[in-house]
Amino acid sequence: MSTPADVISLASPAPRFAFIRGLRLGDLPLIPIAILSGIAFVAIFANQLAPHNPEIGSLAARFKPPFWEAGGSTKYLLGTDQLGRDVLSRLIFGARVSMIVGFTAVIFAGILGTALGILSGYLGGWVDQVIMRLTDTWLALPALMFAIFLAAIAGPSMWNIVIILGITYWTRYARVIRGEVLSLKEREFVRLAIVAGCSKLTIMRRHILPNIINSAIVIGTLMLGVVIITEATLSFLGVGVPPPEPAWGLMLSDGKQSLMVGRWWLTIFPGCCIMLMVLSANVLGDWLRVKFDPQLRQL
Amino acid sequence: MKGYIIRRLGYCLLSLFLLSLTIFFFVRVTGDPATLLVEPGASAADIAAIHHQFGLDQPLWVQYALFMASLLSGDLGQSFYYRMPVLELYLARLPNSLMLAVVAMSFSLLIGIPSGIMASVRVGRFWDSAGKVFALLGLSLPSFWVGLVMILVFSVYLGWLPSSGSGTPWHLIMPAFALGWYFAASHMRLTRSSMLEVLGSEYVKLARLKGLPQSLVIAKHAFKNALIPVLTLAGINLVIMVNVAVVVEVVFAWPGIGRLLYEGIAFRDFPVVQGVVLMGGTMIVVVNMVIDILYAVIDPRIRLEK
Amino acid sequence: MPSAPLLELENLSTHYVSAQGTRVVRAVDEVSLRIHAGETLGIVGESGSGKSTLALTILRVLPPAAHIVSGRMMFEGEDLLTKSDEEMRQVRGRRIAMILQDPMASLNPLFTIGNQVAEPIRVHEGAPRAAAWSRARELLRSVRIPSPETRVKQYPHEMSGGRRQRIVGAIGMSCEPRLLIADEPTTSLDLTIQAQYLKLLRDLQRTHGLALIFITHNLGIVAKMCDQLAVMYAGRVVESGPVSRIFNAPAHPYTEALLNSIPRMSDDRQRLTAIDGQPPDLAKLPAGCAFAPRCPRAFDRCLQAAPPELALGDGRTARCWLAAPALGTAAAADLRREAV
Repeated sequence: MSTPADVISLASPAPRFAFIRGLRLGDLPLIPIAILSGIAFVAIFANQLAPHNPEIGSLAARFKPPFWEAGGSTKYLLGTDQLGRDVLSRLIFGARVSMIVGFTAVIFAGILGTALGILSGYLGGWVDQVIMRLTDTWLALPALMFAIFLAAIAGPSMWNIVIILGITYWTRYARVIRGEVLSLKEREFVRLAIVAGCSKLTIMRRHILPNIINSAIVIGTLMLGVVIITEATLSFLGVGVPPPEPAWGLMLSDGKQSLMVGRWWLTIFPGCCIMLMVLSANVLGDWLRVKFDPQLRQL
Repeated sequence: MKGYIIRRLGYCLLSLFLLSLTIFFFVRVTGDPATLLVEPGASAADIAAIHHQFGLDQPLWVQYALFMASLLSGDLGQSFYYRMPVLELYLARLPNSLMLAVVAMSFSLLIGIPSGIMASVRVGRFWDSAGKVFALLGLSLPSFWVGLVMILVFSVYLGWLPSSGSGTPWHLIMPAFALGWYFAASHMRLTRSSMLEVLGSEYVKLARLKGLPQSLVIAKHAFKNALIPVLTLAGINLVIMVNVAVVVEVVFAWPGIGRLLYEGIAFRDFPVVQGVVLMGGTMIVVVNMVIDILYAVIDPRIRLEK
Repeated sequence: MPSAPLLELENLSTHYVSAQGTRVVRAVDEVSLRIHAGETLGIVGESGSGKSTLALTILRVLPPAAHIVSGRMMFEGEDLLTKSDEEMRQVRGRRIAMILQDPMASLNPLFTIGNQVAEPIRVHEGAPRAAAWSRARELLRSVRIPSPETRVKQYPHEMSGGRRQRIVGAIGMSCEPRLLIADEPTTSLDLTIQAQYLKLLRDLQRTHGLALIFITHNLGIVAKMCDQLAVMYAGRVVESGPVSRIFNAPAHPYTEALLNSIPRMSDDRQRLTAIDGQPPDLAKLPAGCAFAPRCPRAFDRCLQAAPPELALGDGRTARCWLAAPALGTAAAADLRREAV
């Protein structure tokens, strides 16, 4: 006599990470992965890698250009800013800020968005209506404006920014996840589970959730770039991660002051870092989306 | 058609209601709203006065009613810094942002649409790959950084263009380009996919079977059909542009509503911040509705059906 | 003595190649056909048999993944495959026209009927706008659309399905082509409208001396409309010849099965006869006859070697080893021994 659990496990769909088995090294987008890993590495070992203290500078060494220009020195490889702080060290510690804020915000938004998407899609009815109306309204307001508004209210702190970014971007997940859940609901194994008497919560947790994790990961990777840019923008405007934490956006804001006198290194280097990280995240996200799609549709 | 319009109107009103609710909610959830609503450096008596004026000691729904009442009568509060009604400030700056957005939108369409068409007609070859790279760069470069780099190149090194302020068309070029850059990539992608879809349609196949030259097939049959979704997106994006121009306006010191928002934050002038966000959100919701309705009017299929 | 055919296809093959070059789909495989002026040739087959690809091949309007790999297409004495793009463009719509299956999808929703009917006239004959539109109104009248003056200014979605298909027919006839290819033109029409439309096509054919290639999966229409018939399976023509003779005595088991599967009022049978199995994957065709796996009369030879096109006399051909005994050759004698 088989128990409902046996019946259900027989009918479950293909294992989630099956695609990994067929993967060869040449398939992977190596450059983006290398860049992101590099940034992560730098972020983790910032203390060991940075030649100077990013927060304290020597006023005697203000505005030094990068070492290959006249007036530069190898002591400050990429130059110094208006307070004599080493640009390279600030970039390295800035990586830490970007990584932490970026990943945490993406995960936070992901958890919130996925949970609401599942609830909305699976439970339907008024829950669905309410969540969808909320999503529509949220999406109507440009994320940047919303984030600025919240940042202005909440006051500066790194964790506030993470929360704000999470609140701003959960809707991107919710929409897509809800759509997937709607089609998953019709599948055999879900119906079997219902018939076997599983509670709604169990079904959502054990059957729906594992199957939409793939989508959530793809969305998350694509959101990483957007989140980083938004964080940089907030920092640039002065409502992001507060000083003296060296956020790349903040470095750009500082650099703007002396742009007109040609101190290009204060603008170019932080911007390039942002660009590299976002580009890598976008390329990786695109690749993941193409790779995961066949799995998702289970054709 | 009538039913369509009424439904759109309904959604619009619902969204506006939710928008005001959201803003109301967030202002109150992060602590005593009085601290936001008073000028920096106010005394305890001032704070008490604010409490009374905004009814902060009253139940929430009363507060919301008061809030909505003042909104609907056009009162968005008074700016601390400028000592003027926020609405007046906003409307004074709005034309500048609109002008910037219109020029930026023109740039983005002038760049995005032709490159999207080229990418779709030459799928898999040079133009398509170039287009993909362009799209990726558009998404990955923050607009303000593009602006900063442009200042570096065109103002500092080449000295061709002014780096800030407004007044002449020369002042407009760089900020418009920086603002339009991201959207150009988005328009290019949509044009490309829309063209591809149209090029695979039966009526394009029939046009070729009729013996029409390829240029006519693309210019007449494919183009007009493919453009519909792109123009719809452009309309929506225009309003979004106005509102996200904040950073570009800051970089180039352009006197629009984005700069106003920045000033509001820098000077801790909360009524201005709230006012800009409310107006921005309202503008977007209303324009979306108008576009939806216009769409119905223009597309002969919908117009003659309902 | 038979006159020269208007269009003659000799060993025509069109293959689709996948992006990586790994998968080759033989959509049209060694097809030979001919049609004379004023004649109606029916091309019959299941979905995926290659009929539509064949039509698109003749007009060389194929997607980029498709390549015409071999053969000749002789139209009025010229090989269409040797023509340049510009020369081919002048053939399309003007000397050979084609109508597609779904009239709603074939007409551009954003342009008026008049615009779309007048268009080929303006492009091919350089006619000025007024003259072209006047011709357009005449054409609409000739396809029996009432009040053409008002219709000309209307949009496609304002018409019913039957009217739209007539308009597509009018577009096809606009430059007085010698050959009209109709790819399942009645499939998306109601049955009652179908009959009217077929009558219209026949009348047009008579008035203009048009040759008509009629692609369909419906043998009933073939019986009513066509003089000649070609049956396609897996990209190949498996049987061809005059319609009445094929219907009386089909030479290929596939044709026979198709004819048997048509339900008839006089039937005593309780169940419909379907053909067992599935059409083959055109990228992985078997070494022998493509129909052999499903053929009730297949024998060893069928699975080993694909039969060539055999001429059976009387203007008929068949690709079947069973037809070989009728030729009385020594090779056929071998076959008879193997079959036993």
